[in-house]
Amino acid sequence: MAYFDYASGCPVDRRVIDAMIPYMIDVIGNPSSVHSMGLKARSALDEARGKILRLIGTEDGEIIFTSGATEANNLAIIGFGMRNRGKGKHIISSSIEHMSVINSCKVLQKNGFDVTYIPVDRNGIVRVDELEESIREDTILITVQHANNEIGTIQPVEEIGEIAREKGIVFHVDATASLGKINVNADRMNADMITLSSNDIYGPRGVGGLFIRKGVRVQPIIVGGGQEKGYRSGTENVPGIVGFGVAAEITEKEYREEAKREEKLRDEIIRRMLEIEDTYLNGHPELRLPNNVNVRFSYIEGESLVLSLDMEGIYASTASACTSKTLQPSHVLMACGLKHEEAHGSLLFTLGKETTEKDVDRLMEVLPMVVEKLRKMSPLYKKKKGG
Amino acid sequence: MYTEKVMEHFRNPRNVGEIEDADGVGQVGNPVCGDLMKITIKVDNDRISDIKFQTFGCGAAIATSSIVTELAKGLTIEEALKISRQSVAEALGGLPPQKMHCSNLAADGLRRAIVDYLRRNDRIDRIKELGLEKELEKMEKGEMDDHGELCEA
Repeated sequence: MAYFDYASGCPVDRRVIDAMIPYMIDVIGNPSSVHSMGLKARSALDEARGKILRLIGTEDGEIIFTSGATEANNLAIIGFGMRNRGKGKHIISSSIEHMSVINSCKVLQKNGFDVTYIPVDRNGIVRVDELEESIREDTILITVQHANNEIGTIQPVEEIGEIAREKGIVFHVDATASLGKINVNADRMNADMITLSSNDIYGPRGVGGLFIRKGVRVQPIIVGGGQEKGYRSGTENVPGIVGFGVAAEITEKEYREEAKREEKLRDEIIRRMLEIEDTYLNGHPELRLPNNVNVRFSYIEGESLVLSLDMEGIYASTASACTSKTLQPSHVLMACGLKHEEAHGSLLFTLGKETTEKDVDRLMEVLPMVVEKLRKMSPLYKKKKGG
Repeated sequence: MYTEKVMEHFRNPRNVGEIEDADGVGQVGNPVCGDLMKITIKVDNDRISDIKFQTFGCGAAIATSSIVTELAKGLTIEEALKISRQSVAEALGGLPPQKMHCSNLAADGLRRAIVDYLRRNDRIDRIKELGLEKELEKMEKGEMDDHGELCEA
């Protein structure tokens, strides 16, 4: 088996699991309870908060735990927008954000907000000049991802953060894809809110968080008993949060070395894949996450490629229409200016801690064969070859 | 996501390729939507003696193409015209709902190959008898097919 789908799901680090177990068996108190068992659970939450803040290099704010990155993006955008609608109703985002950002923006649009989606260049880099030009008197929020989950392109968030700070606009960064892969530093990015995901750094699923800088006001989107300082009600997922914290602590120590290792494997894969004829790299050649390979193979469709690789024990991913309910090709690839059929033929390989040189060899042993088989089946290939 | 039967046809697609001296050719779909299918047939005495397909598309598109060629081989054209999207899906033990429309084009491709065969032999009356004038009209206009409202292309 060779797994190249870390962006969709990561294994949980053994050390994380070990740290979580006591919080499912022994420390069973509710963090809101006044007794000592409750206190133990509460201090575990605070410890986790501290570890996550350290990972993102700041002391100037809070971590609000959520059910994951999707909820954190919802809270950051809908929560911030609704709380600050009196100050203005214009929001700036990009055309390649995650659907949880895009659909949160749409919720605000239905509530009278105006959202500008800044286009990207062919490599998926947000056009900062256009972003700057689109700022209005009533712009209250800029939300741009740190790196793209599909094509791995790293955005100039520091530059954008500086612009936002200068204009007094709150800046939200979705760091789901970048955390644990490259340096995520809240203060250097001038980020006022950052979306964080646990599973993407080998923590458990079902946990995420939103960093909120001091002074930034957000309205909760889940209400109830007022947990998480009122920002997010519902009894805290203590074992999950403990796991997230430990994952952050491990990441802080180990990610640099690991990123270097993965980058080498990534470059090796890209180099060998591009040797297959009519194969192209999607995304930026250099400003790219160390674990991301997104490639398009002309004349064939992504899903059939994923299924064919699956039969050989290789797990990859497609953002192509056929895997989604909407049947539309990836909005990210379309925003980069790809044609529909190019977007349909794109494949995503994401690497992780357990990816080895052997996995890469196995992939590259199988892939050219599978591509050839599907191309032979494709009417487009024949047509092209025949002139 | 897919039934074992779909995967079996995907793994071992039947009748892949193109008949060089085909008596009828049917093409449906649009690469822009992620599916394109080409069916070529050889016909003897109005009976499909050979059939081949080429498909650009997802797993369902390839499996439906494969099973249509298997179902149609040896049938008279009249019998082959009874093969529908529904019967293709049934023969495969079902398809995911979102695939029923977009990827299940093979029966349409076969129908077009049959119309093309009749057209080449100047049998417009037969086309009318079989209720295929509309299909012919679309083919003459070069219309791809009705791909459904889900694909914006």
